[in-house]
Amino acid sequence: MAGVGGGNDFQWCFAQVKGAIDEDVAEADIISTVEFNYSGDLLATGDKGGRVVIFQREQESKNRPHSRGEYNVYSTFQSHEPEFDYLKSLEIEEKINKIRWLPQQNAAHSLLSTNDKTIKLWKISERDKKAEGYNLKEEDGRLRDPFRITSLRVPVLQPMDLMVEASPRRIFANAHTYHINSISVNSDHETYLSADDLRINLWHLEITDRSFNIVDIKPANMEELTEVITAAECHPNQCNVFVYSSSKGTIRLCDMRAAALCDRHTKFFEEPEDPSSRSFFSEIISSISDVKFSHSGRYMMTRDYLSVKVWDLNMENRPVETYQVHEYLRSKLCSLYENDCIFDKFECCWNGTDSAIMTGSYNNFFRMFDRNTRKDITLEASRESSKPRGILKPRKVCTGGKRKKDEISVDSLDFNKKILHTAWHPKENVIAVAATNNLYIFQDKIN
Amino acid sequence: MYGRYCSSIVSSAENPVSRRSRKQQLESKMAGADGDDSLYPIAVLIDELRNEDVQLRLNSIKKLSTIALALGVERTRTELLPFLTDTIYDEDEVLLALAEQLGSFTALVGGPDFVYCLLPPLESLATVEETVVRDKAVESLRKISHEHSPVDLEVHFEPLVKRLASGDWFTSRTSACGLFSVCYPRVSSTVKAEIRQHFRTLCSDDTPMVRRAAASKLGEFAKVLELDYVKSDIIPLFTTLASDEQDSVRLLAVEACVSIAQLLPQEDLEALVMPTLRQAAEDKSWRVRYMVADKFSELQKAVGPEITKNDLVPAFQNLLKDCEAEVRAAAANKVKEFCENLPDDSKENIIMSHILPCVKELVSDTNQHVKSALASVIMGLSTILGKDDTIEHLLPLFLAQLKDECPEVRLNIISNLDCVNEVIGIRQLSQSLLPAIVELAEDAKWRVRLAIIEYMPLLAGQLGVEFFDEKLNSLCMAWLVDHVYAIREAATCNLMKLVEKFGAEWAQNTIVPKVVAMANDPNYLHRMTTLFCINALSEACGQDITTKQMLPIVLKMSGDQVANVRFNVAKSLQKIGPVLESTALQAEVKPVLEKLATDQDMDVKYFAQEAISVLALA
Repeated sequence: MAGVGGGNDFQWCFAQVKGAIDEDVAEADIISTVEFNYSGDLLATGDKGGRVVIFQREQESKNRPHSRGEYNVYSTFQSHEPEFDYLKSLEIEEKINKIRWLPQQNAAHSLLSTNDKTIKLWKISERDKKAEGYNLKEEDGRLRDPFRITSLRVPVLQPMDLMVEASPRRIFANAHTYHINSISVNSDHETYLSADDLRINLWHLEITDRSFNIVDIKPANMEELTEVITAAECHPNQCNVFVYSSSKGTIRLCDMRAAALCDRHTKFFEEPEDPSSRSFFSEIISSISDVKFSHSGRYMMTRDYLSVKVWDLNMENRPVETYQVHEYLRSKLCSLYENDCIFDKFECCWNGTDSAIMTGSYNNFFRMFDRNTRKDITLEASRESSKPRGILKPRKVCTGGKRKKDEISVDSLDFNKKILHTAWHPKENVIAVAATNNLYIFQDKIN
Repeated sequence: MYGRYCSSIVSSAENPVSRRSRKQQLESKMAGADGDDSLYPIAVLIDELRNEDVQLRLNSIKKLSTIALALGVERTRTELLPFLTDTIYDEDEVLLALAEQLGSFTALVGGPDFVYCLLPPLESLATVEETVVRDKAVESLRKISHEHSPVDLEVHFEPLVKRLASGDWFTSRTSACGLFSVCYPRVSSTVKAEIRQHFRTLCSDDTPMVRRAAASKLGEFAKVLELDYVKSDIIPLFTTLASDEQDSVRLLAVEACVSIAQLLPQEDLEALVMPTLRQAAEDKSWRVRYMVADKFSELQKAVGPEITKNDLVPAFQNLLKDCEAEVRAAAANKVKEFCENLPDDSKENIIMSHILPCVKELVSDTNQHVKSALASVIMGLSTILGKDDTIEHLLPLFLAQLKDECPEVRLNIISNLDCVNEVIGIRQLSQSLLPAIVELAEDAKWRVRLAIIEYMPLLAGQLGVEFFDEKLNSLCMAWLVDHVYAIREAATCNLMKLVEKFGAEWAQNTIVPKVVAMANDPNYLHRMTTLFCINALSEACGQDITTKQMLPIVLKMSGDQVANVRFNVAKSLQKIGPVLESTALQAEVKPVLEKLATDQDMDVKYFAQEAISVLALA
């Protein structure tokens, strides 16, 4: 069976899995975001415990031709701590909602991480030299007699083992009343936006005490509230354009050139609802949980509860492509509503060439769609199939009455195992899939 | 123990001993040093360069010159600078201090002959990710570039600029942009050609950061170029940057436009600069138009009167009518300056027929920032237009703005009354002024009330004592019992300024009785206001009034049942003591303070004792 992605005929195989195997999963260890950096050499994850773990791809070595550069832990740090807002009597969770890498500007790497309220800019840098030689003490720490100093020693830098340091460089706080759901770095490399349920703010990366509110959908009377902002993203190369999606299944595109306040959108993307499939759940499942521009900037992709849609920025009235992620759940919406799964926020991502897309589902399944061939595939991130370089077998969920061999029935799906966060390497067929507290890395195997 | 010992000596290094004598002192000590403890403080400073505490590291870096002096020029060059070159791991504030220090380090490395030794550490500082550090490193590099001989500039400095300009990371390339203009004038023509080439490359860099850096230095670089190259090199770059896809780059080209226009002869402006400027004034992005509006006065001066008349006037009209409020506000801010700088022969005509109609529309703009920006400059037009036109055309606008719903607009008009006063006299306005002042004085926002209080002395001066007594005096008194402390405090300060203006006699008749009456107010906060007023007024009112009218009240209040009032009595007595007659001080103040010094309340005791010792009554 051919894999999906890039058009080449290949299969996905297991590469690595990170995280404990224990059945008992600590809440704090659950991965809440996954993000490759611009080169793909670094991979960052954030978790509910406020930690950020960065993996670095090893250089390919000639001795082990088959190992295609494994990702190993590069740096781990506590990005956010639980806090308490005394003025509003609110607990602020430490959970990392989003991580975004900044374009690399010197040997160090920088990223933005955010919880519900506060965005932080971190610098991850290497140190491989240390100073040696004191005047007042010997190298072993013994103090020298201060009255017998006859000459001055200037410290000398000596090589040492590589040390990776993460240091907080800026803290962007106190600008969001509601929970931050998105951060996105602008292509001008000096600003970024942050979105919460009702507002979008624009920040300068070097200024922490001031941000500009560019979108505010808060009604004068909160009783009249009918929709919230669910995600927002800057255009990859037009610095004046950004989009935000809403709980009503619509996407607004704004042009910051037109006015300082972007309350009025430039484009409005909405697919007319099919009256025949209207139900109590229509509005809930049409809510968009993620929006992502393609690398080219021509398209954007939105994820709602049951499908992924690809929109051409030039066509507002309907998506150019629609892919069903798990249509078989349509009959299960009632129980999914009861166990709150219907409110799960699945994310989606593009591959490096925009030819394929990936998004998650339940039962540790994730889906990939090839945009050229319209082929799709369901794969599973599980310990059982994690043999070194083992090929992933496509999974099938049985939708009809009779279950064929190798098929899984809808009723036996585990809704506690959900894949919400995935990331695709910007240049290669390497993907990172977060399954609860485990991070799976898969890569292609060319036939 | 070391800590205390060294810190005392370290701080002594700050004594203003001249550099030369300190150097001699240190060198002589070093020569005879054999276990000499004068090395000790320097040893501490060097060790603290790598202390774990940032503050101590920062301290040491700030005294880097002391370390360098002690080491001598040779060791500074061969040991200290190599160490500093690799210290770029440090905290930003330490790096910032280091970058600054190195800018004035030339003498410490052996003078201009060795100034190039400072380049490596500054080069590495010019590549860090923190902008303020990079900027400081560039500033220091620019500073020491002048200390290089022409030969050293080509051998050491210019290669550094090239390295930075072709660096892998954009941080180094942005830093390079600021260095071209300092080395260009002093190098040979072949090197000049290379520098121009490097600058061209950076102007079309992939990253917007670098293009922005280049765009912001374009004007500065143009200034050092030969005029022919300005035309052949700079103008194409300017045109390209001004139509960059990123508006953050385009808006910087507007700034460059000013410098470039100043360099070119008048006859070239039309062909080389104006197309770009016209395009910027109509740019799709409001931020670019905002920049044009913000730089309008500079642009106007740079392009001269003819182009102003033909091009800038319509452009300015458009900016005043722009669809984005931010742009209108920026343009409104420039109305006065623009009108002032119009050529004399057509000034009045342009204002009356082109600018004034737009201004009239802005008075009723939907955005309050626009209106208040206009209100802050509109009064200035009256001096340009003269009495008759002001009365006919501007006065209705002032009156409309005085009635504006937004307090900031009204405040801005009131704060600029002096301009109108000179031209038409304030009487013309007083009818409308009064309701506006009263409304502001009673505004629900205390910051608005505070702002109008601050203008009271100015208004009083212009309206005269009669008008003031009749209409405004009661307002000033009402503020004394405002429920916000900041207002009461400002009100007392206001009284003092009024007395300074109108004199002690006026104070005695109008203010003092009212202030004194508040001493019996049931609210202790108001009673305290009496004391604060007396503190403020005593000096302005003079010895006689203070002793005869104010002192008795203060003394009487020493028996107040509220301790806060009593200790404020002690504080007041301390304050007004120097103004009082010495007999009253001994006979009346002393016994009261002595009594308060035995008060049950410890604060009252404290302030009474303090007053006794300050007034030397013990």
